[in-house]
Amino acid sequence: MTTPTMSARSENFSTDPHTDSCELSATEQKSTPHLAAITLEKTYKNAARPVPVLQGVDVSVKRGEFVSIVGQSGSGKSTLLHLLGLLDTPDIGEVRLDGQRIDDLSTKARDAIRNRVFGFIFQFYHLMPELTLEENVLAPLMIRHSLWDYWKKRKQFREQAADIIKKVGLEHRTKHKPSKLSGGEMQRAAIARALVGQPQVLLADEPTGNLDSSTGQEIMGLLSGLNEQNGLTIIMVTHDDAIAKQAHRIVRLREGQLESLKNGTA
Amino acid sequence: MYKILLCLRYLRTRYIALACIISVMLGVATMIVVNSVMAGFSSEMRDRIHGLLADVIVETTSLDGVPDAEAQMEQIRDVAGDHIAGMTATVEVYGMLTFPYSGQYITRPVTLIGIRPEGKASVGPLKDYLDSYNELRQHGEVVRAPLRGQDEAPNWELTNEAADYRRQWLAREKEMLAMFNAETPMPMVSPNVVPEPVEPPPFATTEPPPFEESTTPGPAVAAKPNDLPVFATSEETLPADPFASTPGATENPFPTSPTESDPDHDPFAPLDGRLYVGIGLVSFPYDEKGDGHVETVMMVQPGDDVKIGTVSAGRPPEVRHFNATICDVFKSGMSEYDSNLIFCNLEYLQKIRGMVYPTPDSRLDIGQTVLIGSVGRQLSGVIEKHDPATGMVKVKLDPAQREQGTLTVSANEVKPVVRSITSIQIRLNDFNNADEVVARLKAAFPPGVFTVKTWEQKQGPLLAAVEIESAILNVLLFLIIAVAGFGILAIFFMIVVEKTRDIGILKALGAGSQGVMTIFLSYGLALGIVGSGVGVVIGLLFVDNINTIEDWLTKLTGRKVFDETIYYFPEIPTLVNPMMVVWVALGAMTIAVLASVLPARRASRLRPVEALRYE
Repeated sequence: MTTPTMSARSENFSTDPHTDSCELSATEQKSTPHLAAITLEKTYKNAARPVPVLQGVDVSVKRGEFVSIVGQSGSGKSTLLHLLGLLDTPDIGEVRLDGQRIDDLSTKARDAIRNRVFGFIFQFYHLMPELTLEENVLAPLMIRHSLWDYWKKRKQFREQAADIIKKVGLEHRTKHKPSKLSGGEMQRAAIARALVGQPQVLLADEPTGNLDSSTGQEIMGLLSGLNEQNGLTIIMVTHDDAIAKQAHRIVRLREGQLESLKNGTA
Repeated sequence: MYKILLCLRYLRTRYIALACIISVMLGVATMIVVNSVMAGFSSEMRDRIHGLLADVIVETTSLDGVPDAEAQMEQIRDVAGDHIAGMTATVEVYGMLTFPYSGQYITRPVTLIGIRPEGKASVGPLKDYLDSYNELRQHGEVVRAPLRGQDEAPNWELTNEAADYRRQWLAREKEMLAMFNAETPMPMVSPNVVPEPVEPPPFATTEPPPFEESTTPGPAVAAKPNDLPVFATSEETLPADPFASTPGATENPFPTSPTESDPDHDPFAPLDGRLYVGIGLVSFPYDEKGDGHVETVMMVQPGDDVKIGTVSAGRPPEVRHFNATICDVFKSGMSEYDSNLIFCNLEYLQKIRGMVYPTPDSRLDIGQTVLIGSVGRQLSGVIEKHDPATGMVKVKLDPAQREQGTLTVSANEVKPVVRSITSIQIRLNDFNNADEVVARLKAAFPPGVFTVKTWEQKQGPLLAAVEIESAILNVLLFLIIAVAGFGILAIFFMIVVEKTRDIGILKALGAGSQGVMTIFLSYGLALGIVGSGVGVVIGLLFVDNINTIEDWLTKLTGRKVFDETIYYFPEIPTLVNPMMVVWVALGAMTIAVLASVLPARRASRLRPVEALRYE
C-alpha cells in the first residue's frame, strides 16, 4: 500500500459502487475485507474449445485471517489464488485490496503490489537454483530496491533476512544452494523468502503438497504460528482436507464455483 | 540488483554459456588474427610495391627524354616546392641483360634505370634493399653480416668481398687464357660491341673511353695505387672489358694498342658501367633435397661483369651494348621489380644512350655539367668552383669513372654540356598531399610530353587487387561472426526455455518485464564482454607468436604452412591496428547483445502463471 498508485486509488474507494456487493464473512460484516474477489471468471482459451476455470467466484478475506481453498484438481483453486495474487488477470470480475480494485492496474503497479503486498509459497518451492538460500531470501528486496539503494542498505537487509531465516530454523544453511536442501528446508526457505518483504498477505499454493506428512505438519505449524503471532493474512490452496482444517475457514471450490462456506476451528 | 546477481550467476553456472563465450571468443580471435595478418601483408605489400618507386614520378612520354634535369627540377620546385622532401633525375629505358651461366648465355629483358645512388636514396629506401647493406639469412639464420655499414652512403664501388672475388676470377681467367694460349673464348670481349658515338654531340663521346696512353690525366689527380702489378697483357686478362681490344679488332674506331696499358689503371678495377641488379634476374631458387629447404642460387654476383644491350636516344634508335660490373644485388621483395629492374650509373647510361648534348650556354657556372678531355679519354663532372682570374676550373667528377674525386683543369679544357633525363622521382613530405602535388605538376608540365603519377597510380591494378582481396575477406569473416551471432541466439533461446520457471518466480516476486529483459540483455552483454575480452587476448597472443605457431604446425603436419618461396616474406607479417581490435571487440559485444534481444523479449513477455506452470 505504499505505491503512489495505491494511495491515489484509496481516495475513491468508498465511492466504488461495487463495494457492498462483495461477500463478507458472516462474523465480520461491518469491516472492509482485506482482500476480496468479486465474481471472478476466468476461461482458458485452448485451441479446440474454451475451458472455463472460474465461473463467478466471490471470496473475501479479513485481515489476519487464515483461509484454506480446497477442491479437486481442476476445480480452479490454483487459478483463484493466482488471480488474487495478480499473477494472472481475470476475464470478468475484480480483485480488491482494502476495498480498492487492483487487478486492472498497470503492469508496473501490479508488479509492485506483488512485491510489497503479497508473499508467495509454491508446491515446488520455486527457489532459484543458482542462488544460495540467503540470496533467494533476499531476492524480493533486491527486486524492490534499485542497485544503489540495495547497496546502501545491504547490511540492514541481510540482518533482516538472517532474522527470518532464523525464524524458519535454517540459520545453519544460509550459504547453501537449494539443491543441497531437503524438501522441508526448501519450503521453509520459500516461506522466509515470502516473508522477507514484510507482506500483508501470504498466498500459499499447496505448500505441503510435495512433502511427507510430518514435514507438512512442520510447515503448517510454521504458517499457523505466523498467522497467530504476526497476524499475517494467509490464503492457502490445498487438496488435503486435513491440512485445510488447520485454517480458520475453508473455501471449497467445485468446477469453478464456490461450493460451500463454513467456519473452521483453528 | 537481482539482475546483475542473476546475470553473473547464470554466467558462472551455465556451461552452455561457455559455448557462447567460446563462439564469441573464437570469432573475435579469428577476426583479430586474420585482420592483423591481412594488414601485415597489405602494408608489407604496399611497402614493397612502393619500395623502389618514388612518391610522385614525372616521366617523359618519350624514351629519348628531355634535356636539363636541373631546369626541370627547378620548375617542379617552383610549382610544389613546399611539399617536396627529395628529388632525383633518372633515365629509364628498356634493355637486355646477358651473361654466361653453366655453359650457355642467359638473356633477359630488363628495365634499365640510370640513377645516382645518393639521389635515389633521397627519394626512397635504397639501402634497405641492397644486398651489401643487409645481413644474409638462410632458413632464418644469419649466414653473413652486412658488408657495408649503415652510415655508408650507397655508391658505385665494390665491396671488399666483391673486389676480392673480381680479382680472383680475373686472375683465374688470365691463367686459363695463358694455358690455352688462344684467343679469348668469350664473345663478350669483342671490340665490335664498343658503343659508337651518336649524332648530335660531335664532341661527346658516347662510347666508354678506350685507354689512350697519350692522353695525360688531369694534373691534380693522384695516381691510383695499384694493388696488383700491371700485367703486360692486361687487355687479354680482362676479357670482359669492352674497352680492351684484341689484336684483330681493326674495326674499332678508337683503336688502342693491345700492348699499351694505362699505368694508372688497375686491371682489376670494375668497369665504368656499374649496376645494381634485381636478384630475380641473376638467381634461381633451387630445392636440392626436395625437402622444402630452398636455396637461392646466384648465377652471377657482385664483382662479375655482364653485358647490357639497350637503345640510343638518337634518330633512329640504335642498339647500344656495353659491359658493366655488378656492384650490388637488390631484393625489394616485389618480383615485378626484382626480376625486371637494373639500376645503372646515370652518367654512364646517359653517355651510352647519347643523351649528352652541347649547350649553347657556355658559361662555366657552378653546377654546370662539363666534359673534360678529348673523345679518347673523356671524363664528365660538375663544376664545383670556377676561378676566372686563373682560368682554372675545379670539377667534381661523376662517380664510377677512371678518375675519382675532383679535378682542376684550365677552363678551355672543359666543355659545358646538358644531359637528358626521362623521369624525375619525387619524395613528398607527406604523401597525403600527393593528389595536390600531382594536380599542380600536371598543370605545369605539358601533358603530351610528361606524365605525372603517384606510385599508387602507377601500380593501380595491383593495389586494387590487394584491396579487393581484403574487402572480400572481411565480408567472409563477417559472415563467420554472424554465424556465431546466430549460435548465441539459439543458445539464448535454450537458456530462456530452461529458465522459464525462474522467470516466473522473479515475476511472482514482483520483477517487471523490463527487469527480466535486462537480465538477459546484460547476460548477452556479459557474454560478449567476456568472450571478446578473452578473444582479444588470445588473438593478440596468437598474432604475437604466429611464426612460432607456424613452425609448430609445420612440424606437426609435416607440411609447410607458410612457404616463404611462395610469399616474399621470410615470416608471416602482422600489423595490429589498435582501432581494429577495439572495433572487433565492440562489434562482437554488439552482436552478442543483439542476439540476446529476441530471447530477452520472449522472456520478458512470459506470463508468470504460464512460466510457473512449467514443471
